[in-house]
Amino acid sequence: MKEERQKREHLAKQGQRALKEANEAFKALPMTPSDLHSTAHVPVLQNSNGSTLAGLATISSHLVNKAKKKELLGDSAEQRAVVQQWLEYRLTRLDYCSKDEVKFILKELNQFLVDKVYLAGNKLTLADMLMYHGIHHIIMELAVQQKEKYFNVTRWFDHIQHYPGLRHHLTPVIVLRNRVYPRGQH
Amino acid sequence: MKLFVTEGSPQCVKVLAALEHTGVKCDVQLLSQEESIVSFLSRPVLPAALLPSGHELFSANAICQYLFEVGGKEITDASRQLLEWEATELQVMIRITVFPYCDHFPLVLLQALHVAVLQGKRSEAGMLLKNPLSWLEQHLSGKNTSFLTAETVEVADIVLWAALYCILSDAAFEAGELRSVRSWFERVSQLPACAKAAQKILPGKESNALKNFLQKQPASHAQRKENLPSQTEDTEHVMTEEEIEEAAQAWSKGLPECHEPIERHHPVLPKEGKRNVLVTSALPYVNNVPHLGNIIGCVLSADVFSRYGRLRGWNLLYVCGTDEYGTATENKALEEGLTPRQICDKYYAVHNAIYKWFQIDFDFFGRTTTQQQTEISQNIFFRLYERGFLNEDIVEQLRCENCQRFLADRFVEGVCPNCKYPEARGDQCDKCGRLINAVELKDPLCKVCGQTPVIRTSKHLFLDLPKLEADLEKWLEKSVNTGDWTTNAKQITRSWIRDGLKPRCITRDLKWGTPVPLPEYSEKVFYVWFDAPIGYLSITANYTSEWEKWWKNPQQVELYNFMAKDNVPFHSVVFPCSLLGAQDNYTLVNHLIATEYLNYEDTKFSKSRGVGVFGDMAKDTGIPSDVWRFYLTYVRPEGQDSSFSWVDLALKNNSELLNNLGNFINRAGMFVSKFFNGCVPEIVLQDEDKRLIAQVSWELKQYIQLMDKVRKRAGTVTGVSVNVACLLSAVLEPYMPTVSQTIRAQLQAPDNCASAMLGAEGCFLRSLPTGHRIGMVQPLFQKLESEQIEILKKKFGGQQPEEETPTGKGPSNKTSTTESKPPTAADLKASVSAADPRESQTAGYS
Repeated sequence: MKEERQKREHLAKQGQRALKEANEAFKALPMTPSDLHSTAHVPVLQNSNGSTLAGLATISSHLVNKAKKKELLGDSAEQRAVVQQWLEYRLTRLDYCSKDEVKFILKELNQFLVDKVYLAGNKLTLADMLMYHGIHHIIMELAVQQKEKYFNVTRWFDHIQHYPGLRHHLTPVIVLRNRVYPRGQH
Repeated sequence: MKLFVTEGSPQCVKVLAALEHTGVKCDVQLLSQEESIVSFLSRPVLPAALLPSGHELFSANAICQYLFEVGGKEITDASRQLLEWEATELQVMIRITVFPYCDHFPLVLLQALHVAVLQGKRSEAGMLLKNPLSWLEQHLSGKNTSFLTAETVEVADIVLWAALYCILSDAAFEAGELRSVRSWFERVSQLPACAKAAQKILPGKESNALKNFLQKQPASHAQRKENLPSQTEDTEHVMTEEEIEEAAQAWSKGLPECHEPIERHHPVLPKEGKRNVLVTSALPYVNNVPHLGNIIGCVLSADVFSRYGRLRGWNLLYVCGTDEYGTATENKALEEGLTPRQICDKYYAVHNAIYKWFQIDFDFFGRTTTQQQTEISQNIFFRLYERGFLNEDIVEQLRCENCQRFLADRFVEGVCPNCKYPEARGDQCDKCGRLINAVELKDPLCKVCGQTPVIRTSKHLFLDLPKLEADLEKWLEKSVNTGDWTTNAKQITRSWIRDGLKPRCITRDLKWGTPVPLPEYSEKVFYVWFDAPIGYLSITANYTSEWEKWWKNPQQVELYNFMAKDNVPFHSVVFPCSLLGAQDNYTLVNHLIATEYLNYEDTKFSKSRGVGVFGDMAKDTGIPSDVWRFYLTYVRPEGQDSSFSWVDLALKNNSELLNNLGNFINRAGMFVSKFFNGCVPEIVLQDEDKRLIAQVSWELKQYIQLMDKVRKRAGTVTGVSVNVACLLSAVLEPYMPTVSQTIRAQLQAPDNCASAMLGAEGCFLRSLPTGHRIGMVQPLFQKLESEQIEILKKKFGGQQPEEETPTGKGPSNKTSTTESKPPTAADLKASVSAADPRESQTAGYS
């Protein structure tokens, strides 16, 4: 019984968190969906025609289209696929990942971002926005040493957090411009 | 485009079916499961697609979307929603299986396949998939279309069909009433594209390919983790058995019987057969309170090094002092209505107190306004004079008759001779940027009183650097190649020599300085850059009458100079030239260590704007001096400029010091106190402990990461831990002397443990044997709360908005001259003198 209750409470909390995040993410678009609510921890969007959409990636993509900011989903079929891939990566790998898994995710992203400014193509996309929101709590916790270890992630993160209107309620993360630790060590 | 697939993987069925269905042209390559295509992923993932633009796709769903789009079909919201559901609910099942304290989520579909296919437990698999399948059933029964989203086959149909193929094509699989799901599944299965894809990836009836695939696929994140290759970047030092055994034996021997801690007897003098090390840090200019950048740039860096050297058993002398002569002091005296001597006395005390608080352990902290300074400077001067290294020349200068003095370049303002800008300074025009000789200014005005100055000629002495260049280069080559010079020190020196050396004026028309000992120069004093470095010698002479044993003894003495980068040329070129020209067997610098600049929260330290933390304020923050020392050495600007950040300071204190270091030492001590009556327990080293000891001996840093893993056998582990605490106290001594002493006091560790372990090549020894009684164990660090930090950040942030000054390019240790309101005469003097490069460079830290 107790476990059941805990489970329910946990679900409710997750739901609120996801809903809040979805809301925040959508503020970047020139519209605030008033009809956004959540079941369990997945945000649900109720359209005026009665139809519903569920899921963070789905709703975000839908709103981006509705806001006539299609370019945020990618300029070409290739880029649209890359954007969707990173949205999926965020939802399936990054969200709720275990502490040990964090290291691998940071390592993968760091490797991916070696020669890139954005996650998809040469422009800011929804992938950057949602990944930023999803990874924020992890970057917050990193020590200077780790930030340097995952240098490319930190650089990308710092770039995105300085995008006008993207950060919302999230605390800015201080990124030192200079390396404290010599390269190749630690 | 290229597509890479592997046999047995349902994810690969997805992409092949999509490929067949859309008819997109593409190379397909069949690989084995372990082959890695996407280089940045930590484990091999198939399918993978290599797109024409070079992008790599590693998500089957994204590949399918791409194929459908290329095939001319737009992805609808409804499709997207089902794809997201498939990835997050069917595969990973985040929504349904949320356990409050479980930090990973089962890969549900894989798990279901595992139990159904490998273990034959179909009903259990049915239980696992009950929720997602009934959701799908509901979704489909509410539709009146033939397929999931429309009357035609869309990307969602392919993806979901392939995901469920192995489950639903098994007739024996039971998962309740799934009428709509089953009929939809049948419809999709009949598509030729789907049949073909299934056949290719999952050939044969016995589903052997699937079994092979599943056996290699872990079914949860937790298992996945174990399957990963061990991280190579964090590898430990690989040790041989002998190495480990040797380290453990050395450790068990304990401290040597009669290794007395080295006591310092003043005066410290060079000793035969010892490593004799002379350490100086750039002399801080007396008329300013040093800021954090000054402190890390010179005195603290040199102090850490000196403390370390003493622990290592070197015979080491660390001297420093305030640089007190020059216009800046005269101005400050004018401003405060005191004599220059009074100003120096006042600020010398301020400096002294600050360095005491920061626990800078000078052997002697002196000053430059002493009799010894006059004697030694004049002696060096005469030797240069006699040897023909000084030239006389006439210089035209502006003199303000009203103020009764020659005007330093920045004390004059007038019309620029080039662009007619009316407010050009005596050395440079702000408008056209051209360099100006002060006497060329039209309508010059004294900036202090506004009167028109007159041009006067004045005779001056010049040090003939070109004549000394050959000697200098010879010496430099040797010193740079055999000593330890930082990269910036080498570069700055090289560029100075490359630009060509010119004679440098060493005299000035001033009163506050070392008098020039020639009758016709009785009104003049030495230019600060000439006699300030001589301060090192005179300060040592104030410490001991036998100063020449340090300063005229290059055979026995190694000289280390610590400074910020703006001071490099005076220590690597100009001062060595004076000493070389004097031809008196002077000790010249062997190791020149220069730092870059420390910025304050990404802006410059500025006294006039109240930005930044200055030495005397650090005490008032309530943060212990050891924490300051730790943080400043942590952000020490070595390769490039670095920044002081309050938030980072708090983070470092709370994580590195309190959580890691403090907790470890406290716990080790507490365990001894609580469970072993305050006495170090019996220690029976097992392999794991020996390995640990060897590792600690090899590199302490690695130990800290290992620590968490070792907590099985309480007694031995506790015993080893308090001994590690003891070693930590020794290693920390240079950085945080108080903390280091506190640890040793709490553990009642023998005094000689630090020098015994750090001497020679360094060895981890058992300082606290079984039965040793430890003292009272108390926390070492306090948490810095974010509110506290916010208050401090505001307090030291100055009155002006931060964004006003972007990251400083210039020296952080110069007071900024940007003033928004008209400056008062007093302000002006302060800023003018501080900005005069010749004034500030030798003095360094104005």
